[in-house]
Amino acid sequence: MNGIPRRSDQGEEALPETAAAERQQNSPWTPSSATPIAATRSRAGDSREAPSQGRAVVLADLNAYYGKAHAIKGVGLDYAANQVTAMIGPSGCGKSTLVRCINRMHEEIPGAYTTGSIMLDDQDIYGENVDVVAVRRAVGMVFQKPNPFPTMSIFDNVAAGLRLTGGRRGGKRENIKDRVERSLRGAGLWEEVKDRLSEPGIGLSGGQQQRLCIARTIAVEPEVILMDEPCSALDPIATLKVEELIDELKTRYTIVIVTHNMQQAARVADTTAFMLAGELVEVGPTERIFTKPSDSRTEDYVSGKFG
Amino acid sequence: MSARSLTLTSARRRRTDVVARWVLAVATVLALVPLVLVVYYVVNKGASAWNTQFFTKDPTGNSTGFGDEGGLKSAILGTIEIVAIASAIAIPIGIAVALWLTEYHRGGWLGNVVRYFIDVMTGVPAIVFGIFVYLLLVIGQPPASAYAGWKGAIALALLMLPIVARSAEVVLLLVPESLREAALALGAPRWKVIMRIVLPAALPGLLTGSLLAIARAAGETAPLLFTIAVTSGTTFDPGQRMNSLPTQIFNNLNSSSDPGLISRAWGGALVLLAMIFVLNIFARLVSRRSPAIR
Repeated sequence: MNGIPRRSDQGEEALPETAAAERQQNSPWTPSSATPIAATRSRAGDSREAPSQGRAVVLADLNAYYGKAHAIKGVGLDYAANQVTAMIGPSGCGKSTLVRCINRMHEEIPGAYTTGSIMLDDQDIYGENVDVVAVRRAVGMVFQKPNPFPTMSIFDNVAAGLRLTGGRRGGKRENIKDRVERSLRGAGLWEEVKDRLSEPGIGLSGGQQQRLCIARTIAVEPEVILMDEPCSALDPIATLKVEELIDELKTRYTIVIVTHNMQQAARVADTTAFMLAGELVEVGPTERIFTKPSDSRTEDYVSGKFG
Repeated sequence: MSARSLTLTSARRRRTDVVARWVLAVATVLALVPLVLVVYYVVNKGASAWNTQFFTKDPTGNSTGFGDEGGLKSAILGTIEIVAIASAIAIPIGIAVALWLTEYHRGGWLGNVVRYFIDVMTGVPAIVFGIFVYLLLVIGQPPASAYAGWKGAIALALLMLPIVARSAEVVLLLVPESLREAALALGAPRWKVIMRIVLPAALPGLLTGSLLAIARAAGETAPLLFTIAVTSGTTFDPGQRMNSLPTQIFNNLNSSSDPGLISRAWGGALVLLAMIFVLNIFARLVSRRSPAIR
């Protein structure tokens, strides 16, 4: 089945089985994977004040290609709602490619395509009649290098998501103003920038720019946020702020974070998944992955023997 | 092992350095000399031809002492109008071609074919476009067998198109991919990414490229000689024969060696130079305003 571009007749009934089989193969930890989902859900249900809530994402037999190069090989993985999942692994193992599949950015690269399914709750984001634009509104993304829009002010950067996506939905000016403030507060940036909202976004420091990008992402009110090494261009203080932010954000969003920094994974993630050469080696509670991994390759990686 | 020397390097190296610096300096001066001379001559000879009549009267073609000398009004207005029409055609199409190449067909074979043709078109001599429009529009169709301003504008537009397209493509490629990705990941449709993110970021560069094309077209003579012919009266109707600065300069120099006519030709050249100068300053001001890629 690998190598055949996705076809519509890959029925949804067939997929869970494949997915389960994949998980059985790839992850010895599968049996207990249901627990954290339930636990988080009830916890989030109590403390949640915000209107939106994260949604679970389930990858089943996901394959991603760059032309002929097979970058992701049959990965099955559950991302529990309102949890932070860290993707770790050496450079080139496919972690970034994998998260780019979750908001369908992977296919923006010429020649790139995917097979398999990614379920956002009960909808396959690669299903027929699915609007890729709608997928990206539900699954936001924060990139490695802070990339605020250079022609826009701080305010306009945060409002950009609303204006770029909204025809009418962007709503009235007043509405946008509220959303911008709420998003900047949500990204822990409001106090720092409230007096200079009309200044250019690229005038901020690197860490502030990254939080501006997070504000821009949450302004669209997605349900899942993908973070592709969001701190690799930041200093330790700015990194700490972003990590604290991630901890707050998970009450409202499901977060997938790609990181090269294993300490970071240990600090922020509830669940950690280890990838190697396009395959998922192991996934489990972060603490267990770092202390008692069941796969020797995971142990070698987290103990610094390679990578 | 001897101590590492911190004094300057060998005498030979120092000599080479001095010689290389001088060679570069001399080359720069050599390149500047003709440029400065051209500007100096045009200003020097042209300024004396400028007076009120020069800007308010149409050319008469009279030599000194043979009646009213006239001015260049029709030529100045004609050039502005023809170049404006040509720009209105060439700039949107050129930028559209560049967008198609960068945003939709990057790296595809079709894109490469188009890019190749644009490169070839950039090298086509201006007179070829003149002949092309002359054959196709001036004498080609019996009812249309007349010279007209819009036909000149089309010839100029053909000339501008590859310049605009190629320079716009280079500028659009400079817009970081991360900005497109950021906008796409927010859930923006591609056309909105282009209109709201890519084009504003590339605006200063697009302006510079377009102005280069305008400057080039404003001074072209050959395509206009075949298409708008030579006339002296002022008209704003592009369906009529129109006058233009390059053709008027050509005509003045062609018709006699009368110092008055030649002086007015210099004056026309100075007007062209001034127009391009003003356009360039305008472009700089605009690009300084927008905080984007330069």
